[in-house]
Amino acid sequence: MSLVNFTTREITCKIVYYGPGRSGKTSNLQYIYGRVPEARRGRMVSLATQTDRTLFFDFLPLDLGVISGFTTRFQLYTVPGQVYYNATRKLVLQGADGVVFVGDSQARRLEDNIESLQNLQANLLGQGVDVRNFPLVLQYNKQDLPADLILTQPDMDEALNFRGYRSFPGDALRGAGVFETLKGISELVLKRLAAGGHGPP
Amino acid sequence: MSIRLNPRYRFDAYIVGAANRLAATAARAVAESPGAVYNPLFLYASSGLGKTHLLMAMGHLAMEVNPQLTVEYLTLDEFIEAFHAAIAAGQGEAYRRRYTDVGMLLVDDVQFLTHRREMQTELLRLTNAMLTSGRQIVLSSDRPPAEIEALDDRLIQRFAGGLVIDISAPDYETRVAILRRHAEERKAAFDPSVIEMVAGLPIASIRELIGALNRLVAFQAVNDAPLTSAQAKTVLARTMPASVRGSVPAPVAGTGGGSAPAGVDPAPESVLPDTVIAGDEFGSFLSEISSALARQVEAWRGHVAEAVMRWQGEGYRTARLQLLLEEESPLDPDATLRDFEADIARLQELEIEARELDAPSAGQPLFRDPDRLQEAIGEVEKARDGLSPPPTPAPIWRLEEFVESAGTRMAVRAAQAVIAAPGTQYNPLVLIGGAGVGKTHLLHAIGNALAGPGQLVACLRAEDLVDELIKAIDRNRVPWWRARFRRASVLLIDDVHLLAGKDRSQEELFWLYNVLAQSGRQMVFTSTVAPQALQGMEPRLMTRLEAGLVVELPEPDREVREAIVSRLLRARSGDANAELASYLASRPVENVRALQGLVQRVLAAEDAGEGPLSPGLARQVLEGSPAAPTRRSMGTRTSGLLSPVGSLRSREKMVWDWPGIADRLIEEFR
Repeated sequence: MSLVNFTTREITCKIVYYGPGRSGKTSNLQYIYGRVPEARRGRMVSLATQTDRTLFFDFLPLDLGVISGFTTRFQLYTVPGQVYYNATRKLVLQGADGVVFVGDSQARRLEDNIESLQNLQANLLGQGVDVRNFPLVLQYNKQDLPADLILTQPDMDEALNFRGYRSFPGDALRGAGVFETLKGISELVLKRLAAGGHGPP
Repeated sequence: MSIRLNPRYRFDAYIVGAANRLAATAARAVAESPGAVYNPLFLYASSGLGKTHLLMAMGHLAMEVNPQLTVEYLTLDEFIEAFHAAIAAGQGEAYRRRYTDVGMLLVDDVQFLTHRREMQTELLRLTNAMLTSGRQIVLSSDRPPAEIEALDDRLIQRFAGGLVIDISAPDYETRVAILRRHAEERKAAFDPSVIEMVAGLPIASIRELIGALNRLVAFQAVNDAPLTSAQAKTVLARTMPASVRGSVPAPVAGTGGGSAPAGVDPAPESVLPDTVIAGDEFGSFLSEISSALARQVEAWRGHVAEAVMRWQGEGYRTARLQLLLEEESPLDPDATLRDFEADIARLQELEIEARELDAPSAGQPLFRDPDRLQEAIGEVEKARDGLSPPPTPAPIWRLEEFVESAGTRMAVRAAQAVIAAPGTQYNPLVLIGGAGVGKTHLLHAIGNALAGPGQLVACLRAEDLVDELIKAIDRNRVPWWRARFRRASVLLIDDVHLLAGKDRSQEELFWLYNVLAQSGRQMVFTSTVAPQALQGMEPRLMTRLEAGLVVELPEPDREVREAIVSRLLRARSGDANAELASYLASRPVENVRALQGLVQRVLAAEDAGEGPLSPGLARQVLEGSPAAPTRRSMGTRTSGLLSPVGSLRSREKMVWDWPGIADRLIEEFR
């Protein structure tokens, strides 16, 4: 996906929320959806199972209006977290300009986080993306849960963030950290714009 | 440092909507990089639309980004009062110095500059000082600069040189967001319909809008119960002007318009219904993204603004760039900037050349305006055309006529190499030898071979070089003289040894040599002695003459002499007359010129009817009687040799028979 189209003066950023199942990716999008004026958001498309698990992906288009002469659109996607949907994840990841890795802060989900992060890196690598230079931030969701159940942000960083990405504590249900995370990844994506970088093919 | 920034006026408390997004974006960009992006930044808006908030928010952010930065905020009234007080106390200069340490100056309400010429001058001086030192100045007003009555044009131009941006009245969504934010700050929970009703009031000023909300906050606090939209309307109707009262919207059914039962808590803040109007979080997100995007997409504005400052500072006209800044989204601003700077580089070259050519246009504003580049090119071309070209080689001397023998072979080969690849192999080529051995012939022959389209061959004697320089000094046209020779593709100087003792000429030749050598242009010199044996020559010039190839032309041997005599005889009668040629070549002469003199004398005798051209006539002329003196007095012959240009070749050549005396005579004559 081309990030900037100078001919049509459009900027389209595709941001993918990635992470293990039930970590709160869809909650992030739902919170954002709830805060965006109706005129600015498209219909949020959610393909969910009967038990509210994401079956295929969520898609939330955001129209940020004309900024500096460019019609700017953000497209937010989530991937299904369950291990057996890897083909779908690869498909959604294609052409992403940035990725938010939503980790589950519960101590018992640490292995799932690690597995999902490894899966993300493998999938990006499979698409020829160098993860070291790719816009990626981490969100440690569910930080509102009792302290004895979760790992703190430094603990999560210690376990997952060996590359030193920006990380944000989050409570996606109530919105804490949701927009901070979105801002964080947006800034990285836009910085790439300045460097003339593009998303993976 | 006198910072009186309201701690509440920060960017995170500044609600951004369509009406103020551009201003907020620019303000944030400026606060993050003071002096580098839009300088000056001029914000204008009607009263109560957030100018002061934005100004102070910039101050806060700039200090967060760079805690070392000195930020000063003041209103124009304070600026005027302080200045008057300083003048009264005789501390005018101290007052001016006060701002030299300020990295970001925020001046509010500059519309009060109207009719204050003295303060306008002071502000202009301050603005210039801030701009030239790369410090940021931000101004706010209730109208654009051009509409401030009796404002100095220079100030208007300065302001227009940065970014002038307006803030219009906020749209409905922004007003709702502002009211919600204010209610939260006041810890007052209102039903969404109440906020929407207030936002719908026909009040343009945010300050007044917040005043209306404050009344509701006070009313609700007294009554200790959440207001309904209808109650709010009633409350406001009591205090609002009639024009506004009539427009207070009716409560909207189904959005909490009904009376809420007393004691019912408002909905928890964290749970927002889907119908909620634009949340602050999104507004803040949008503002920051706009700012980040503008920084990236509009980085060109920063580059262009910097270029405007730089080139204006150097005295160049920057109208083209200023027009570019006014464009909303130009196609390729970086290319425009590149072209502009290329034009300036070209103008700089042209100006140097115009000065060297002593063109009348040199120093004119024309050379400071990239939009008049073509005119500048025309002026320089005109000056170039008016420049008389340097002397060229005499066309009669050709290399093919130069007699090659064992002695001259090396010099001929060197000349051929120079002709084949001028400026690359032997540069300079120095031909040395006694008088009349053919140095001048070879020098001119090289010149003629190199002359061609686009090639300017300068060929002159060292003496003429000196004479021209003296005239140029006399007429104060030395740059013109230099330009005349520095244009040459090839420089040929005959008898360079005659520069001995002429310091100024040597210095000029030294610089000329350097200019030509650096650009790979060929030089050939002739001299009677080798460069290292030259007396009265500066070592720096001597070493340069030695740098290429020094080749000697020996006295002509028998073979050369016979060839020369045969050619002269053939030219006369079509027949070489071998016996005559052999006789003439055997005569004891020191050089080619003397030999040519002998031949001319014999030919003259034939012309005079003394007999047919034969060895006998030659013997009679050369051994029986001296050459007729009348021939010399005619002035068309020199030492027996017809001048190639039909007149005397030179004084030196005439007195060649007395070389020692001649040199001295010439020196004395100068």
